[in-house]
Amino acid sequence: MTGPYREGILVKPYERLNLEQVKWLDEASLSILEEPGIWCYSERAAKLFKAHGARVREEKGASSACWHVSLPRGLVREAVSKAPSSFILGARKPENRLLLDAEVPRVYFGSGSEANVWIDVQMEQFVSTNDSQAKIRIPRFRELRGNSALLCRAARLCERLEHLDFFIRPLNIQDPGVNSDNHDVNKFFASLNNITKHMQAGLTKVERLKDVVRMGEIIAGGREALRKNPIISFITCVFKSPLQIVDQTAEKTFAIVESGLPLVISSSPQGGSSAPIQEAGMVAQINAEILAGISLTQLIKEGAPVLYGSVPVRARLDDLHDLYGCPEFNQYNIDCVQLARFYKIPCYSTAGVGDAKVPGMQATFEKLFTHLYMAMSGGQYIHYAFGLLDRTNSFCPVQAVLDNEQIGKIKHCLREPKVDPPIMEDMLRIVKKVMASPHRLFARHARKAMHAGDVSSPYRFEAKGLEDKALENALDYMSQLEREPAQHLDQATVDRIFDEIPGLLPGLKQAAESGKDIEFQRGELSDGQGTSGKDRI
Amino acid sequence: MDKALLEKIAFNVIQGRVEAEDEGFDEGLEGQPAVLELVKEGLQNGVDPKSIVLEALSESMEMVGEKFERGEYLIPDMLASAECVGVAMDLLSPHLIKAGIKTKGKFVIGTVAGDLHDIGKNIVSIMLKGAGYEVIDLGADVPTSRIVETVKEHQAPYLGLSALLTTTMRVMGDVVEKLKEEGLRDRVKVLIGGAPTSQEYANQIGADAHCKDAFEAIGLLKTMAS
Repeated sequence: MTGPYREGILVKPYERLNLEQVKWLDEASLSILEEPGIWCYSERAAKLFKAHGARVREEKGASSACWHVSLPRGLVREAVSKAPSSFILGARKPENRLLLDAEVPRVYFGSGSEANVWIDVQMEQFVSTNDSQAKIRIPRFRELRGNSALLCRAARLCERLEHLDFFIRPLNIQDPGVNSDNHDVNKFFASLNNITKHMQAGLTKVERLKDVVRMGEIIAGGREALRKNPIISFITCVFKSPLQIVDQTAEKTFAIVESGLPLVISSSPQGGSSAPIQEAGMVAQINAEILAGISLTQLIKEGAPVLYGSVPVRARLDDLHDLYGCPEFNQYNIDCVQLARFYKIPCYSTAGVGDAKVPGMQATFEKLFTHLYMAMSGGQYIHYAFGLLDRTNSFCPVQAVLDNEQIGKIKHCLREPKVDPPIMEDMLRIVKKVMASPHRLFARHARKAMHAGDVSSPYRFEAKGLEDKALENALDYMSQLEREPAQHLDQATVDRIFDEIPGLLPGLKQAAESGKDIEFQRGELSDGQGTSGKDRI
Repeated sequence: MDKALLEKIAFNVIQGRVEAEDEGFDEGLEGQPAVLELVKEGLQNGVDPKSIVLEALSESMEMVGEKFERGEYLIPDMLASAECVGVAMDLLSPHLIKAGIKTKGKFVIGTVAGDLHDIGKNIVSIMLKGAGYEVIDLGADVPTSRIVETVKEHQAPYLGLSALLTTTMRVMGDVVEKLKEEGLRDRVKVLIGGAPTSQEYANQIGADAHCKDAFEAIGLLKTMAS
């Protein structure tokens, strides 16, 4: 690839499985795809599999039309081998493009999910009931219903988070004027008009794909320009675990692959309910689902750019909800990264999501636990890493700011070691020089490394006294970032998009035009589409 | 000629370049003459040592201090600049003495007996030298008697005591007592520092002040002198 791309962090991968274990899992997945096979609710997909040698029979008595498909391992092996091992994900700004290469453990971090709830945080002062002079500032949390204005604000903030490499819309837009028909165009526009990094989302309605693609073409500069610089890509959850291909998402997969744009084949079984809880069983099953999904993409169009999308989770055993902040989450996910590397397909992996409902110690623990471990694994494209709380149900902007700091430190921690003969020679020279000096102090010689950015800074949100001010300091920093100018599309491009693409909310255009985009993004418009108190959920 | 040389010295102090092989704050300065070479050149060419101190060293150190205040410089930058001034002062001192020019005063400094920690003490030592004091650094684990003898011998108006351990900080009190016994206490200002120490502790042992770092020490000495 020529041209610039984001640096990410190139790691030396930590591997949990040895090669023999990887092969056992691979064999088990192929065995699952043969027997018991998969249940396919898409006639089109079933026919395509059949045309390439799968054993397909219609399931009689199912409530919806369903085909049982047994995929021969040769079919899967051959199809998976056709998937490209490297490709780029484009961006409005060339320097924000991503280079994904399955054989290079270059790690990128980005946002994820499509949470319904935005967690707003404000500091408030409280006075001790025992001592009126004793005051403390603590955070108060407020839940807002996600809408297009808040999605704009999230994108604008994420533009300024230096360690966020790509943007998956983190918030569901639930404005009164948004329905399933115009959901896609509005979420893509709200994001693309506020961020110059790669943008990715799922597709709500396959019929609107052409409009989303057209929007991308207008921004990228034409049909071919978009394919060369795919500023947008898509996520499809073609499998409903266990082992069932869903008709609607299969149709989306066909349409996206045919559009020539990249997509993620994502699967998210829950260990303990829709997949075995044991590592070996969970990973064999999710791998089978992903391999079948990737096979489908390559049968639709050989060489289609696809990411191996793994989001394996574990069930809580007290209520069967997802449990993210647990060791098994890391174990499942790192195994998937290794399998993706085995198949030479770039990996869409998962980290930074936990069970905590608000920013704080639990959230920090859960996030660090997975951010660090998954970054060490060398998965190329780590989503869910910014701002998610309450599993994947809430997006909190100040949490995204805290995550940015944490991920920055992790990226620094995993940098390649600078140890080679010229550096050693330089170090020996310094040691000799300092030992010959009266005070034997190395501080002066820290300058070169310090100025080269090799020396990390202290935690950005630290407190000076006997208190924890991380959240308060992060809120101040967020407010600075939000005062930075927005990276909007130029007016002619916006006009063209609004001329050609139906269903866009007028407010998205008016706010940017009037210069009141910040107020709009704070949800303070008076047209009833903002996030006033009545929109609290 | 003199002015150009003084500007070069000042520039290199700000860059924190002691000698030609040193890197500076900015890129690409390695190999060019630095403070050591330039001061030697100035002395050989008969440049007035006093003007080197006042126009090249003092002014540039003030600028370095301002850069530190603004967050442009960190401690290693400050120390590099202070070390430049220290090296320059070593070269200039004999000439200044000959010309009858005095330093800001003698400052005896050391880590007290039983304590081997000297990083903080070294930083203070370098910074004070850079600020124009004649620093007599006794090192670490210095017996009380030697500290007191040195103060007496040099008639030093300032004494800095450092300790990093809660078990050795009490030795600072012994030094103050010994100074009293020797009849020196009224003639020397005693400053203490180190992680376990505090202003309360300074008061308790009868020291003149506690300094949390080198910058506070420099500020305090200015106040004491005025």
